[in-house]
Amino acid sequence: MRLYWNYFLMEFKSQMQYKVSFFLTMTGQFLTAFTSFLGIRFLFDKISGVDDFSYGQVLLCFSVVMMSFSIGELAGGGLATFPGLLRNGELDRILVRPRSIILQIIMPNMDFSRLGLLLQAIIVLGIAIPVSGVVWTWKKALVFCLMVACGSVVFFCLFLLVAAFAFFTVQSLDFLNIFTYGMRAFGKYPFSVYGEAVLKVLTFVIPLALIQYYPLLYLLDRETGFWFMAAPLLSLLFVIPCRWFYRFGLRHYQSTGS
Amino acid sequence: MIEFTKVTKTYRVARRQSGMGNAVKSFFSREYNTVNALRDVSFTIRDGEMVGYIGPNGAGKSTTIKIMCGVLTPDGGTCTINGRIPYQERTAHVQNIGVVFGQRSQLWWDVPVIDSFDLIRDIYRVEESVYRKNVRELTQLLELEEILQTPVRTLSLGQRMRCEIAASLLHDPKVLFLDEPTIGLDAVSKIAVRKFIRDLNAKKGTTVVLTTHDMQDIEALTERILLIGKGRILLDGKLADLKKRVSDQKTMVIRYQGTPPALRDEMELVSAAPETMTVRFAPSRLPVPGAIAHFAAATQLLDVSVSDITTEEMVATMYKEYHL
Repeated sequence: MRLYWNYFLMEFKSQMQYKVSFFLTMTGQFLTAFTSFLGIRFLFDKISGVDDFSYGQVLLCFSVVMMSFSIGELAGGGLATFPGLLRNGELDRILVRPRSIILQIIMPNMDFSRLGLLLQAIIVLGIAIPVSGVVWTWKKALVFCLMVACGSVVFFCLFLLVAAFAFFTVQSLDFLNIFTYGMRAFGKYPFSVYGEAVLKVLTFVIPLALIQYYPLLYLLDRETGFWFMAAPLLSLLFVIPCRWFYRFGLRHYQSTGS
Repeated sequence: MIEFTKVTKTYRVARRQSGMGNAVKSFFSREYNTVNALRDVSFTIRDGEMVGYIGPNGAGKSTTIKIMCGVLTPDGGTCTINGRIPYQERTAHVQNIGVVFGQRSQLWWDVPVIDSFDLIRDIYRVEESVYRKNVRELTQLLELEEILQTPVRTLSLGQRMRCEIAASLLHDPKVLFLDEPTIGLDAVSKIAVRKFIRDLNAKKGTTVVLTTHDMQDIEALTERILLIGKGRILLDGKLADLKKRVSDQKTMVIRYQGTPPALRDEMELVSAAPETMTVRFAPSRLPVPGAIAHFAAATQLLDVSVSDITTEEMVATMYKEYHL
């Protein structure tokens, strides 16, 4: 563990070397995400609800997905370097070291300017909580934490999945970003607004609805069943196929000539 | 002990003719060529051996090394190293090996060498006392004192390679893989690196597997060579025996004054210039003292040197023999 901590510190220190750049990027992240918040704000000036969800409730949803995404990206964003590592043969170097491959890739590639997004998500949460009409209990608080925590894991898995595709294509495939950045954009609204079919896909294929739509219903007292409460935990099953796919890719790794 | 049993590895390589039209076509339907990088490769390397692994470009050297390092998984056959299967028990396996890829660095580019060493210590979980002892030893043997505090990017190639070798030995590996360790080095650095590897093998009994195109590396370092071509092991044996097998001929260069001497029937002229002459002959038919005596009698002899066939010539002959 000491090693990863050292990696982490080294990266944090070196990013702090460029203070101005760091804070500008962070501000940029913040502002970009802020426009999507404004989008929701202006939309609700014209209408009073989306698919039975009020302004505050949509914001709650928005902040959960933003938080999950920013934590998932802070950890998994470094996996975007994966296709590059494959192409230039750096992965060989990583493979001959007696440590986890994924950790060796993500620890030196953490991008702390992602914290701008997290900060924004927390502010939005602050706006959302008083207007969402949720009656908070300790159970609901727990569910909320689970939503964010499991959501981060699911987003991390999505980054891993996209990276693992590079084993087969070598090039990075930009359209796959729909699974990561695209999902962040979709996740602003409760997934039911996109219709039954999309909701099914997001329940059984990419289990983002399990950390967003279903537990949200629980928070809003629309459903009280145990499964709505436990939905975020179920989403963790997504780790299994992602891990399998990554391992499968690794076995097919062909390396580069030298 | 390294054991390869009938290892095969094939690559699928997309094939495409040049030109825009074909580029578009290949986007939709692609033809693949199967490249047999290794076919039925079997060999055994005992502990403490030093083996030179040679073959022309694209023969499968790197593929073999990568399988031994656990980077690649073979399609067929098995590879075990010290009882472990590298590609199945990757982390346990690589803890006991050191790897130097001549063309690729394992050091962190922007930080001083010693910082890279510290990180490697953490990666391999080397005990502090062992680490300090190793750094001290390696620093002395590879003459690193002055460059330990220098960022890697400012080092010369020779300095960097010495650091790379040191970095790969910090965790006392039992097996050391060197993929072209002297590529691009000047004569002094080459000799230093070779001497170090030889001493390491002799003192610590580290098994060394070395790929190279530099035949002087082979001569200076290894007793045994493995020749691979087109994915097969073609030869496996002692360097001296192989040389004898390819050719037992001696090459003699003489310098003389006056008229060129006549040759004896057993001799073959290789080249002649004013006052020097190179000939080749089989010592079984004409002993070396006889040849010298002949020239001494036929002309005013100034200087004589006798050599076996060079390793380079031998390898070139073998490549030709096997149509590589």
